[in-house]
Amino acid sequence: MSTENRTPAIRCRNLRKTYNGNVEAVRGLDLEIRVGECFGLLGPNGAGKTTTIEILEGLLSPTSGEVEVLGRSWGAHSRELREMLGISLQETRLNEKLTVRETLELFASFYRRPRPPLQVMEEMELNEKSDAWVGKLSGGQKQRLAVATALVADPKILFLDEPTTGLDPQSRRQLWEIVRQFQRRGGTVLLTTHYMDEAERLCDRIAIIDHGVMIASGTPAELVEGLGGHRMVEFAATGGQVAPAVWSSLPGVEAVHQENGTVVLSVRRVHETVPALLAVLEDRGSDLLHLTTRDASLEDVFVHLTGRRLRED
Amino acid sequence: MANVDTEREIAIPPGQEPPLPLAPRENGRWAGYWHLVVAGLTVLRREPEIIFWVFVFPIVMAAGLGMATRNRPPDASRVAVVSGPGAQRALDLLKPSSQKGLVRAEMVSAQDAWNRFRLGKYDLVVTPQANGSFEYRYDPARSESLLARTTVDDVMQAAAGRKDLLSTSAHVSSEPGARYVDFLIPGLLGMNLMASGLWGIGFALVEMRQRKLLKRYAATPMRRSDFLLALASGRLLLTLLQLVLLLGFGVVAFHMRVIGSWTSILFISTIGAFSFGALGLLTACRAQKAESASGLINVVMMPMWILSGVFFSYEHFPAVMLPFIKVLPLTAFNDALRAIVLEGASLAAQQARLLILCLWGGVSFLLAVRWFRWT
Repeated sequence: MSTENRTPAIRCRNLRKTYNGNVEAVRGLDLEIRVGECFGLLGPNGAGKTTTIEILEGLLSPTSGEVEVLGRSWGAHSRELREMLGISLQETRLNEKLTVRETLELFASFYRRPRPPLQVMEEMELNEKSDAWVGKLSGGQKQRLAVATALVADPKILFLDEPTTGLDPQSRRQLWEIVRQFQRRGGTVLLTTHYMDEAERLCDRIAIIDHGVMIASGTPAELVEGLGGHRMVEFAATGGQVAPAVWSSLPGVEAVHQENGTVVLSVRRVHETVPALLAVLEDRGSDLLHLTTRDASLEDVFVHLTGRRLRED
Repeated sequence: MANVDTEREIAIPPGQEPPLPLAPRENGRWAGYWHLVVAGLTVLRREPEIIFWVFVFPIVMAAGLGMATRNRPPDASRVAVVSGPGAQRALDLLKPSSQKGLVRAEMVSAQDAWNRFRLGKYDLVVTPQANGSFEYRYDPARSESLLARTTVDDVMQAAAGRKDLLSTSAHVSSEPGARYVDFLIPGLLGMNLMASGLWGIGFALVEMRQRKLLKRYAATPMRRSDFLLALASGRLLLTLLQLVLLLGFGVVAFHMRVIGSWTSILFISTIGAFSFGALGLLTACRAQKAESASGLINVVMMPMWILSGVFFSYEHFPAVMLPFIKVLPLTAFNDALRAIVLEGASLAAQQARLLILCLWGGVSFLLAVRWFRWT
């Protein structure tokens, strides 16, 4: 056990994946995921998250680079590894004419030592739907079943690709709780998401991925810290465009970002910046249309790093 | 370790045995295979369409075509006699054979006679001529028209007093084994076997690939060979059931005689099922979308539907095509099955056809396994 704790759960070095010889989905990725942590790959759609996670799951082979899962390589130990991993793919449509229980029994039969399907069903709050056809389940129930098919493996690592995309808030929180429960029992989790709140609340560490490269990584707190400021000041005012230099010269401002007429400032001390900001606006004869301050989030980190929002919606 | 703790969390009422599925279990080598077979059959049972296409449709088809060919009076030639002077004489001459059911003659106007002849409602038009003779109008390209001309001429000549110089006798034979329905049922079986392999295995696989279910299975320690084997065994079971049902139907409803041995029939059907299953696998090995797969499947099936002698003998095709037709798997299967069922041929006598089936199956299988995509 002790040696296994020191071996990272997942490690990859200089991972690259090129499709059809020209589309570079992943361009040199290094990751190290420790045993027992929940690690998030955060990025917009098309960033290469799914390609990355599927390579780590042994479902895609990388164009180049090394992958080690629990100290083993896919080439030499694939059967052994499959017994130890629980995988939930993005949008798998399980057989609609099987019941929840039949589906779990089927998946359990693939593993040498599965967890009892009834127990997993109970844990996932699916036991009431035990005899319902998969086709009749709600979106949230289907997604829980997808995760249940992974948990029935009694895995050491749980892979979740966009586990809560398209779910209602209650179903999302339910899934988060399941992930935490798995982690409390000593499991390691790797998930991809484009919801920053999900990454912030659920993940111990995060890698932000864009265009197939990692642009930042660390704990959510570290990433926000890296922005320089801890608080964000957002405002809009009349009077047309103003050079960003005007704002960055205000006291306490670490970074400036403008979008659609709104100016977003990362600041270290709100109480120094806001009075100065108001003074500048008054000098210029502009009227303030709105002003808010809030804690910096991963979204701000992403905007700061790429100049774009994580999700355009 | 952590596992044991969670097992304890589930309360078991005192004095009761713990429910069986909660007992820690270890799966044997074939657990996955068996569960896949059972799941496959469960799904089939829950798809009424599949039950219909696999079991009901072939029987309805056999019943329909069998009746259509059985209940038609064998050779009642449909004859129009154009009204006018002499028409009644023609009808009188034809009367004895009308009573025997050989000829059905009606008097109609020249216009109607011609129109309906053109539409195929009459096989022959008899027009009385001014000089007391009769004119036959018939289409030599239609065999029933040709037959009507010969029959009517014979009948009228005889009724008018012609004496046959040569003494002949006839023996009527419509024994089971030589009728259309006997020819048809083995052909339907072959057609179903082909459809079963291509749709039931090929299309089903592409559908699972499109739903990413194949990828999901590939992400488990499930043996991939077990998966294909389970799919094949489920289909084989269905095929054999279908075979017994359809042949049984032929025997019960049409008094069809199965001359060859049932062992040989089951054996050749298993080989056929394997061969078409492999063809289905090959058709489906890479297609990503159900639509493109159904196109491919039709491209594979259509030539055999037409050429391989399902509904009529392929001997009607030009002789140059026959060598190609005979190496098609469905032709080989239909010919072999007909030889066994109808003529009681031994398996040994069918070895060339068996070889054709095995070659199609084997080569398709090897290529399919090589090219198959789980994602």
